[in-house]
Amino acid sequence: MVYGIVSRRPSPSHDQLNMAEDGERVDGINTSESGMSLKKVLSGASPLSLKIIAECPVTKARACDLALPHSTVSTPVFMPVGTQGTLKGITVDQLESLGCQICLGNTYHLGMRPGPDLIEKANGLHGFMNWKRNLLTDSGGFQMVSLVELSKVTEEGVQFKSPYDGKEILLTPERSIDIQNSLGSDIMMQLDDVVSSTVKGPRVEEAMHRSIRWLDRCIKANKNPNKQNLFAIIQGGLDAELRKACLDEMTKRDVPGFAIGGLSGGEEKDDFWRMVTLSTDHLPREKPRYLMGVGYAVDLVVCVALGCDMFDCVFPTRTARFGSALVPWGSLQVKQKQYAKDFQPIDPDCQCPTCKNHSRAFLHALFKSDTAAMHHITIHNISYQLTLMRSVRQSIVEGRFPEFIRTFMKRMFPSREQYPGWAVEALASVNVVLE
Amino acid sequence: MAGTRMKLELSHVVQGRSRLGVLKGLGKTGQHSLEVPGCLLYTHFGSVPHLTQDTLHYLNKLPSVTQVTLSNIAEHQDVLEEFKRGFRKFAGLHDTVLYCSLHDPAAACPTGYTTNKTVSVWGSGGRLELTVAKFMALQKTVQPDFYQSMADGETWQTNASRKRVRKSVDRTLAHLDECLLVQQKSQQPQAVAQPGKTPKIDCMAANQMFLCTMQAPPAQSTDRAPQELDGVEMFGVVEGGDILEERIRSARETAKRPVAGFCLDGLQTGSMDQALRTQMITAVAKELPEEKPRLLQGVGRPDEVLACVEAGVDLFESFFPFQVTERGCALCFRFDISPDPERAGRAPPTVLGPNEEEHAAGETQQNGDLDCDDQTQMTCFEMNLKDKRFQDDFRPLMEGCGCYCCKNHQRAYLHHLLVTNELLAGVLLMIHNTSHYQSFFGALREALANDKLDLLKKRVLGDGGRPTERRE
Ligand SMILES: [Zn+2]
Ligand SMILES: [Zn+2]
Ligand SMILES: [Zn+2]
Repeated sequence: MVYGIVSRRPSPSHDQLNMAEDGERVDGINTSESGMSLKKVLSGASPLSLKIIAECPVTKARACDLALPHSTVSTPVFMPVGTQGTLKGITVDQLESLGCQICLGNTYHLGMRPGPDLIEKANGLHGFMNWKRNLLTDSGGFQMVSLVELSKVTEEGVQFKSPYDGKEILLTPERSIDIQNSLGSDIMMQLDDVVSSTVKGPRVEEAMHRSIRWLDRCIKANKNPNKQNLFAIIQGGLDAELRKACLDEMTKRDVPGFAIGGLSGGEEKDDFWRMVTLSTDHLPREKPRYLMGVGYAVDLVVCVALGCDMFDCVFPTRTARFGSALVPWGSLQVKQKQYAKDFQPIDPDCQCPTCKNHSRAFLHALFKSDTAAMHHITIHNISYQLTLMRSVRQSIVEGRFPEFIRTFMKRMFPSREQYPGWAVEALASVNVVLE
Repeated sequence: MAGTRMKLELSHVVQGRSRLGVLKGLGKTGQHSLEVPGCLLYTHFGSVPHLTQDTLHYLNKLPSVTQVTLSNIAEHQDVLEEFKRGFRKFAGLHDTVLYCSLHDPAAACPTGYTTNKTVSVWGSGGRLELTVAKFMALQKTVQPDFYQSMADGETWQTNASRKRVRKSVDRTLAHLDECLLVQQKSQQPQAVAQPGKTPKIDCMAANQMFLCTMQAPPAQSTDRAPQELDGVEMFGVVEGGDILEERIRSARETAKRPVAGFCLDGLQTGSMDQALRTQMITAVAKELPEEKPRLLQGVGRPDEVLACVEAGVDLFESFFPFQVTERGCALCFRFDISPDPERAGRAPPTVLGPNEEEHAAGETQQNGDLDCDDQTQMTCFEMNLKDKRFQDDFRPLMEGCGCYCCKNHQRAYLHHLLVTNELLAGVLLMIHNTSHYQSFFGALREALANDKLDLLKKRVLGDGGRPTERRE
């Protein structure tokens, strides 16, 4: 089995008991102290360096070189998600030739199948999937809360029933890091107490405080601090006070990077961007900022302007399966009848292998004959996301990001009236007025 | 008939039957060739299953001929008619010879739908009935280099009566004559009055089409009038079920027609046992001219391929690696007869541990009856990567295989991709299986060249003449 298995009564031999004690000990006022002491221990040791190449003089956007153990990542960056140690029918060579420097693996899925022991034997997830560049793994907690119905969060960790054999499983912060250590990712995420962004009240505060305690347990549990970076996840729901408190506390820890969590879960976009910008206001300039689960083109451009460096989302690859191709003017549903005799490529300006070789009409027809049709769209969509972020970066470096935003919005929406209000407001907050 | 440039040059014939040679003069300008015995590249709508052009080109030594089927294409006729520049360009295929057959050899084709005047193909939208006129109109939009003539091939069922078989031979010959007539008509005025024949509007449309599409040099769209069949060659279809006289009559009559080669139909895996198939093919081969190629439809299993080559077959369709891929399996049979173990894909066998011997023994029973008619069932030429024993097997699919999959990935990873239903499993397996199958044909040609067919048969089939168990 993969995660620590809990019988009805936890067996005393199991290491979870110690963890629970740890959790209590670091509770409350001790938290900041342990955080401070850790700062000394870890300072300078993290296998990551962030070099700021350019900062937008108008917005909060920045272009950085993020050096990670396997290669240097140019930010702002979109990270495609390869849930099961593979990216939807795309080979690692294809991914590499699209210019992808970092992609995601899901700890929950990989921890279940094939399991951390096997992946460790295969020289980590890099070896298992034969990916030579960087990997980021999540904590597994989010999947559990969102995928598994019977999950219960206690101070120890997240408890749930295995969807494969029904066994009770407990994912503690220590166990999450243990698995991520086996996976050998370049960036690991702390286990956080995830609450849906639509939940309000004391549960949000509890989750925020618990996430801080779990961060300390994760830092302590990391067996490879010289090889694997551990990112903290800022929680606090949509409550500015709580977010601020979480930021204050977490930034006291010398973690190599920070993620903004608990968003992109169905909250109002007005709340979303305000929480993002509040977070980047208080995050240290010299560390990478990762906005979790965000991948729509407009969200990416706006949140880069708000100061985020890294993004991930399953959307571009998931939507490809249904024939939805991402284009500068939104999306194009290749399976729709109107494309049956359309002999242009998906996007005549796109340089991806799909657009260079195939027309909309051919892809439309191929969807009726072979799954390769999906692969073609997946390639195009990943290329779209990566190219978008490269152009964003280029414009930051060349000092014309505000201009880029205006052009981008004009192309994306048929008229000024269709600009989403939240985006207009968010951009105005960083001095970009859309005409 | 003018235009038959395709020519089979035999370099070696073993025991008067197994033929080694090169099929020359393929393609519009005759610059392509294909070694025989060989196979065509199997595709779905011009696309090798699971693969994009990137992943397809991980494979070196791809067959120079790509096979497409009307069952995939027929429902898109209006699209191709509007496109005007043929299927090859439509599918983004570049430097390949295009062969168009009627049915998909890997897809079931329901019977009971042929008439005196029509045959039916089954696409994603269901059944489409083709008359000769419609069939030829389709060929004009596809613009293949060569194609299978329309045929009534519904006699593969074991209970087909002599009367039904005779009817199928007659119908198929009638279809062939009609097809040839249309083809001749389409060619003759071509040479005389091409400019006048193509309405001006068509040229305009073709040019506009070019403007809004990609990357075709303008010369290509004007060097031949669209939707005509000059230079396109036809393969006649030999039917006759399992009735020897009908087979011979079909072969004799078809050979009298100006066809470039022959499709041997109704002999597919599952329709009859190999002894009977060998008997039919041997008899048919005697009736066919030496210099024209014989393409056997619906047979792809290595043991059957070997037997059919011995009976005089030149070409096969390569749907077998696709079927193996679809059941989550990897081809792993051995065909190394070269004394030099350094040769790609022919490494010496790895010594098996006692555990693995046990597994292999278990597999023998699992594989079951070789004479099984079910094409979807695993054969003994492959291993099932979903099997739990591969979950921590960090070896490549096949030791010594030089394909992209074997060079980059391990069995454990393939196992994981299969149990998690990940699309990459199909991609990687298709690469390995296609590569392995192509190498098998390479070994087969080499064996013929060196008079070592018996040795190859022994290696592939095992000493008892039955296929060997996997020994990786
Ligand atoms: Zn593209
Ligand atoms: Zn596929
Ligand atoms: Zn291989």
